[in-house]
Amino acid sequence: MLKMENVTKAYKHRGQTVTALDNATVTIPRGDFVSVVGPSGSGKSTLLLMLGGMLSPSQGRVLLEDDSLYDMHPNQRAQLRRQKVGFVFQTFNLVPYLSALENVQIPLFLAKMDELSQAERATALLERVGLGDRIHHKPGELSVGQQQRVALARMLANDPAVILADEPTGNLDPETSQQIIGFLEEFNGEGRTIVMVTHDPRAAKRAKRLLRLQAGTITSHEDGNKAFWAA
Amino acid sequence: MRLRTLVLREIFERKSQLLTSFLAILLGITVIVSIKNISYYSELAVAREMDSLGANVLVLPKSATLQNYYAADMQDETIPEEYVTTLAMSDLEGLDNLSPKLSMPVELSGKSFTLTGILPKNEFQAKAAWGGAGIFSRPVGCGASVGMMDSEDKKTLARKRVIDTLTDSEVLVGADVAAALGLKDADSIDVLGKKFTVTAVLPETGTVDDSRIFAHLHTVQDMAGKGPVINAIEIIGCCQEISKGLVAKVNSLLPDAKVVTVAQIASAQIRINKMMKNLSLMFLVIIVFVGGASIANYFYANVFERRREIGTLMALGANSGLVLRIFLLKALILGVAGGIGGYVIGTILAVVLGPKLAGVIVLPMPLLALPAVGVSVTLALVASYFPARRAAGLDPCATFQEV
Repeated sequence: MLKMENVTKAYKHRGQTVTALDNATVTIPRGDFVSVVGPSGSGKSTLLLMLGGMLSPSQGRVLLEDDSLYDMHPNQRAQLRRQKVGFVFQTFNLVPYLSALENVQIPLFLAKMDELSQAERATALLERVGLGDRIHHKPGELSVGQQQRVALARMLANDPAVILADEPTGNLDPETSQQIIGFLEEFNGEGRTIVMVTHDPRAAKRAKRLLRLQAGTITSHEDGNKAFWAA
Repeated sequence: MRLRTLVLREIFERKSQLLTSFLAILLGITVIVSIKNISYYSELAVAREMDSLGANVLVLPKSATLQNYYAADMQDETIPEEYVTTLAMSDLEGLDNLSPKLSMPVELSGKSFTLTGILPKNEFQAKAAWGGAGIFSRPVGCGASVGMMDSEDKKTLARKRVIDTLTDSEVLVGADVAAALGLKDADSIDVLGKKFTVTAVLPETGTVDDSRIFAHLHTVQDMAGKGPVINAIEIIGCCQEISKGLVAKVNSLLPDAKVVTVAQIASAQIRINKMMKNLSLMFLVIIVFVGGASIANYFYANVFERRREIGTLMALGANSGLVLRIFLLKALILGVAGGIGGYVIGTILAVVLGPKLAGVIVLPMPLLALPAVGVSVTLALVASYFPARRAAGLDPCATFQEV
């Protein structure tokens, strides 16, 4: 279970205080699939970063299961991310000089898995996302859709319970977007919790629930499929 | 996937960016190794030349003047022979050889020559106390005189001013003496009523030594009737020790004698040594500043360029220690490659250019490899440490499009 309790994130910018997230409280049960929508600058990514243990709040607590993330040492948070959290990025964030296989091996290397097991697991994951014949290709040699699938395989490497996706279809054509959302639904079907920030209405409506943000405030928290189209 | 794979892949992917830093460190180490290698063999060559010149420090009676280095012992004043014992028993470093002398004029077949008494090496060794603590048990400091103490060839006296053995009835004659008197090895000669056998005719030196007849010091003392005295002690002193004040130390040990050095000979080597040392120090400073600045600059740019990649690694669970290790390992590889490359190229340059620049044959010095790599690695690690720390402290939020 993911939980935010009265979380506020404020920072100074050119002498002015900017509130990125204001007194947000939200509970995301295990196995949920939540879309976070809202205009640019509304605090969607701030919320995602906080849930992932990468941005500390000015006030409030963030809990992953029963662990309060920001009461931990940064290295403990890194370990927690390694074990329980998978990130998907809009620009994929693949390491450009590594092959698809090596990119997927990174989380396994960080988890100190031996090289042979790393290669076996990474190959299996790439085959799962349909890239078994592209394992030695570098990101630059792959299409954007294929790159996002490599990123999905990398995200799955450590079998995360929570997937945090930041605009995962933002750079993709509609057909590839549907394919990626299909994969996310598949992962959700395996019991993983998914929180997805998106601007894409078609992607958002595929989630079970929808969280709408406006100027750092959660304005609605509804069933995704109907609520989004009603807005 | 291992840390090494991650680092090496990145190096080869962006090798052109790394090239400037690598060249800076490579060239710096190359120049230092070349200078050190050439200067070592140059110093050795100069030391050998010094050796061939003979003694470079003289102990004379207080009133004596140093008109002619080779004739410095031809004066009436004397000093006690026990000064030799005092020097031999002292703990002064840099006294590579002692040669006490007593000279007196002699006339043979109507011609004037000089009879010079010298003390062979075996006389020193025969005295147990000297053998235990004396000069011949000391390590030889300069390297210039290595091997000279063991010379069996009596003709080496002409050049090295030391002789292993000389009996009471043996003499060595200078080239002019031999020519004037028609002497050759094993001939007999009568000097002041005493019969001697010519052990060796010395090769021509172009100095007053050519007009000398060398006999055992104690024989000459008896013939002169002056008792246990000498005119001079020739010392082969290590030039480095001379520069550190050996002359003053000998002077304080023998306050009633005059101690002089053949300054221009000693200072020539010291000057060359100093110049070489200054040159390599200068290059060391240059490499530290230019190479260090270049490496630091490269790493800061590299960290900036890779901040998204670093953030991604952190999002995937890398801690700051791992990020620090990624950059320090890269610096280590850069340092090792620069050090080894610099040593190899520097050695090749020294061997090829040494004979042309310094007129000496230069051989590779494997001992330089370790300091070369050490300097290179230390520099690379120190210069990259702060950029690496910056990378380790990066905000992983940079991985996201919007915050």
